[in-house]
Amino acid sequence: MTALAICGGRLVDPAAGVDAAKDILINDGRVAEIAGPGKLKGKNGAQILDASGLVVAPGLIDIHVHLREPGQAYKETIATGTAAAAAGGFTSVAAMPNTTPVNDSAEITRWMQAPERGAQVRVFPVAAATRGSKGETLNDFAALKSAGAVAVTDDGRPILKDSMMRETLAAAARIGLTVIQHAEDTRMTQGASMNLGPVSFKLALRGMPAQAETSIVERDIRLVSELREAHPHLHVAHLSTAGALAAVRQARRNGLRVTSEVTPHHFLLTEEHVGLYDTHAKMNPPLRSAADRDAMIEGILDGVVDAIATDHAPHAMHEKEIEFELAPNGIIGLETALGLSLRWLHKEWRMPLGRVLGLLSAQPAALLGLKGRGTLAVGSYGDVVVFDPGAEWTYRATESKSKAKNTPFDGWPMLGKVRYTVSEGRIAYALQAADKPVGTGAL
Amino acid sequence: MNLATPAIRRQVTTPPAPASPFPYNPGSLLSVLDLSVAAVSRLLQRATALEHEDPIVRDRILAKRRIALLFYESSTRTRTSFELASKALGADTTLVSNLSSSIEKGESLKDTGLTLRALGAEAIILRHNSSGAAWLLEQSTRLPVVNAGDGMHEHPTQALLDLRTILTHLRPGIGEVGPETLAGVTVTIVGDILHSRVARSNMLLLPRLGARVLLCGPKELLPEQAARSGPGIEIERNFEAALAQSQSVMMLRIQAERLAGLQLDLDEYKAAYQLTGQLLAAHAPSAVVLHPGPIIRGMEITAGVADGIQSAILEQVTNGLAIRMAVMERALVPSEQEGGRA
Repeated sequence: MTALAICGGRLVDPAAGVDAAKDILINDGRVAEIAGPGKLKGKNGAQILDASGLVVAPGLIDIHVHLREPGQAYKETIATGTAAAAAGGFTSVAAMPNTTPVNDSAEITRWMQAPERGAQVRVFPVAAATRGSKGETLNDFAALKSAGAVAVTDDGRPILKDSMMRETLAAAARIGLTVIQHAEDTRMTQGASMNLGPVSFKLALRGMPAQAETSIVERDIRLVSELREAHPHLHVAHLSTAGALAAVRQARRNGLRVTSEVTPHHFLLTEEHVGLYDTHAKMNPPLRSAADRDAMIEGILDGVVDAIATDHAPHAMHEKEIEFELAPNGIIGLETALGLSLRWLHKEWRMPLGRVLGLLSAQPAALLGLKGRGTLAVGSYGDVVVFDPGAEWTYRATESKSKAKNTPFDGWPMLGKVRYTVSEGRIAYALQAADKPVGTGAL
Repeated sequence: MNLATPAIRRQVTTPPAPASPFPYNPGSLLSVLDLSVAAVSRLLQRATALEHEDPIVRDRILAKRRIALLFYESSTRTRTSFELASKALGADTTLVSNLSSSIEKGESLKDTGLTLRALGAEAIILRHNSSGAAWLLEQSTRLPVVNAGDGMHEHPTQALLDLRTILTHLRPGIGEVGPETLAGVTVTIVGDILHSRVARSNMLLLPRLGARVLLCGPKELLPEQAARSGPGIEIERNFEAALAQSQSVMMLRIQAERLAGLQLDLDEYKAAYQLTGQLLAAHAPSAVVLHPGPIIRGMEITAGVADGIQSAILEQVTNGLAIRMAVMERALVPSEQEGGRA
């Protein structure tokens, strides 16, 4: 592999405490050298990426995406999903196991990472915690981990039984895996398709109470506390309610290893965005009340929340063009996460750039234990995003690299345009006049 | 209890929800909120005029225009009423029901709508079991869509015919109606509010003409947030207290098909909310009794009340025909749509 020098940019690497004009040399997929401006030109015959006026940062890491393979390639493939990831500045994505069949085996975990999948960026499978995500029999976590799984979850089919969740946390703790929980007491959400409240009454849709999320988060935290000696790590996926956030906040005060992520749609939108049955505003957890949304912003700004994750959930157009209560949950998000985070967290709410980027790279890397990712210190992987921090642009869903176009952010203003995404030293995405990615080879 | 959460320090401003693009077609009637008060007034006047019109003249208004009735739920009153109203204006109607069509084979609502449009349908009357279905059909076809009941959400022509019935009794002979027409009038809606599209349409329409809407029912069927649906809506859980304030009482059926596992003691319900002759005589001896039907005699209402002198239940049905003539005329005659948008 040829060497790549990214020159002339402003290197922002919060994990390394760097925010300065630096050039960076990547060799054999790893960061080989960081030097002052102009010092790396021509070194090792490196291809040069001109980053003048641009921010150079660790490639973004999304710890919650649905790539739909195996089994649902009509919605998305690992190739198209990761192409969208690259276009959005992401170099690592953690793929949820609710595929067909469910990823509950070392075989599928390996299959997802095979070069034949044509991934444009690194895919880290998250395996199912229980067989078929049915909540009955624990999977072989050691085998899954050695096949490359970075966490376990029954995402979308939460583990309700206390004993099963306790076993999951204990077994995962023994081999150092994170347990990710989609916190929803599905006994309270039967037939529901949005947040329970005045809006669901008005639209006459059955509602999901905030309590369905809060109660599971509180239960899980109680189990983590009981298993304290074993040091289990609970990660709360797509936090959406003020009550659940308060529980996470208290758990951390109590010294428990409880982390959480919030999606851009949960820190920007409310149940009002459902409008008149817009299925692009239907997801699970649902868009919540304004008070919940405000709590998410506060949790991000004050540092309780560890990561921004997209819950990228592609669906075919025809699947979303149906009756609201019948439409599937989820929206795509890989190409809007950075633009929305910069536009709102950084510009509007004055969060320092380094902290925003930390939520999208260093912190998610740390919480899933992705070694050598989320930083550009010498020796780490050559995963880089190069973006124009001042560029204002409008997102058009039709231009998405994803197979799917289901997003409520179509036409929204974004801040910060990705120019290059480099995955382990290979250019996975480059913004061009025609906006075509140059990277064609698989990892 | 929540001492761990710091107070919100910042003023949070995020983009508001975008303005609604609906209705796409000015002839559509998806929600009572699609109608300005002036448009409501116009519809009521046209209903009366059409009712009295020479049938031969009336027959030319929508002569040979093609109207499809697309029904995903069973219906007696609404379907027959829309069909007769359309035919009274000279339109050709065709009925498509989910039980005898390609809907059974899995055809989507969008595709069914597009198929009807390709067959020449100029307007579609939709009854559907999913809340919001009428919006989806309108967006997909851009035809005038008349909502004949979408899930638990709205049933705008029912609210209009209820309004006409109430006016006949409480404001006889009135011509134009406005925002104060029903000032001082309390209409109580009793029973299964949560699952009722009739309740939702009425509680959004009647206050705009000055009425106060009182909702009455047990917590399971009447959540507190119902009062936040719009202005002029209040909750009074005591049936007798509600009756005592009412000039009109609208009884609702328990919608067993939508209870979704909700356990309800029907004997308890009857004891608390059944409208009996004694209650009516004691607390609301001159109130007009309405019921959208179908009525379950002996459940929410006794047979005596249903057939009694205060009952306007069959008048409602007759008013439905007049209102639906006016609504279908508005759907397809552009001059009836001017200024009709709220």
